[in-house]
Amino acid sequence: MILTAALILALSSVALLQFFISYCRSMIAASSAVCLSDQIWEVTGIESRQLRGEEFIRILQLMSLCPDSGGNSGAVSAVRTYFRMISFVRSTLRGVIPSIVSWTDAELSGCAHFAAVALDTRISRSRELMSQQYS
Amino acid sequence: MLNPLDYAIWILTFVLELGVLYCALRTRNFLRYLPLNLYMLLAVAADVSRFAILEHYGYTSSAYTYFYYYSDVLLTICLFFALTGLYSRVFKEMGAAVYVRIGAIVVLVLTAAVCFAMVRHSQHRLATHFVIELSQNLHFVGAVLTYVLWSAVKTLRETRTQLIQLILSLGVYFSAFAASFALTVLYPNSPYSWFAAGAMGLWLPLAWGYTFLKVPESARLATARVSAGAR
Repeated sequence: MILTAALILALSSVALLQFFISYCRSMIAASSAVCLSDQIWEVTGIESRQLRGEEFIRILQLMSLCPDSGGNSGAVSAVRTYFRMISFVRSTLRGVIPSIVSWTDAELSGCAHFAAVALDTRISRSRELMSQQYS
Repeated sequence: MLNPLDYAIWILTFVLELGVLYCALRTRNFLRYLPLNLYMLLAVAADVSRFAILEHYGYTSSAYTYFYYYSDVLLTICLFFALTGLYSRVFKEMGAAVYVRIGAIVVLVLTAAVCFAMVRHSQHRLATHFVIELSQNLHFVGAVLTYVLWSAVKTLRETRTQLIQLILSLGVYFSAFAASFALTVLYPNSPYSWFAAGAMGLWLPLAWGYTFLKVPESARLATARVSAGAR
């Protein structure tokens, strides 16, 4: 009984990890097709118009200042967890597998793009609501 | 006794389940993913009924315990058929819907038979032990079947983003519950596995609500970009 439970735990944990990673990547990949508006570059102050993984936390901080009316906070939390996992992998394995750095960088910038798209949506919605109130 | 955190998770789950139904209706996904939405509808009904029984009979009553486990196994069977609904959508063009339905019933009957074999020596509450065992084992079977479906999706190069996200979210749910039940067997007195199981109830409504609301039906995605480990 104990052995079966341990086996189920091991198999389920591996499946859970694979499903969760794939789920997060599906959201990131879907957002990568979305072009960011000029307001995002203004708000974040990124002049190079190139998002890097390091910007992710700052974008989340900006997002926390903007009211969530679109209901994407659950998805953002999932991607935040994925970002932490990849950051952990990067810091742990970069010495052992140097080639992993380029892959993790691409993943982390994907997370940053996802967050920027979510922030962009929130800003646009907030501006819409404000203009509706003033009109 | 249930603590305030349990109540908070319960209420939040209920609100999110209603939210999924609202999103599905608003984005005209209700009929498109009918088995998934029927599951959500049943989950809402189970939450309301459980709360009514809890209020009337109390948390420690046998009425609440029986209702909880029997409604749980019904919900799990319903989710199992929701998964077969996703199978039917993936294999629709192959005309394999009938085989999928027959296969699902065979797997369900086999799982029930294995569960019965495991609990048949129980002297007391044989039926209750059976439904608890069936519910737990169906979560593991569900995780395995979702894994098989995800492998088929990758092989067939399925590109519908909605479908991909629904399958993956179901995979996370089934495998997290299977892991949680296994943890309960290994560490029976640990409160974390029960808390994790309660919190995981939030996952499906959150993920499905997001998919229905944010991902249009026309959205397409290459599975090669999604698979864990792919570059």
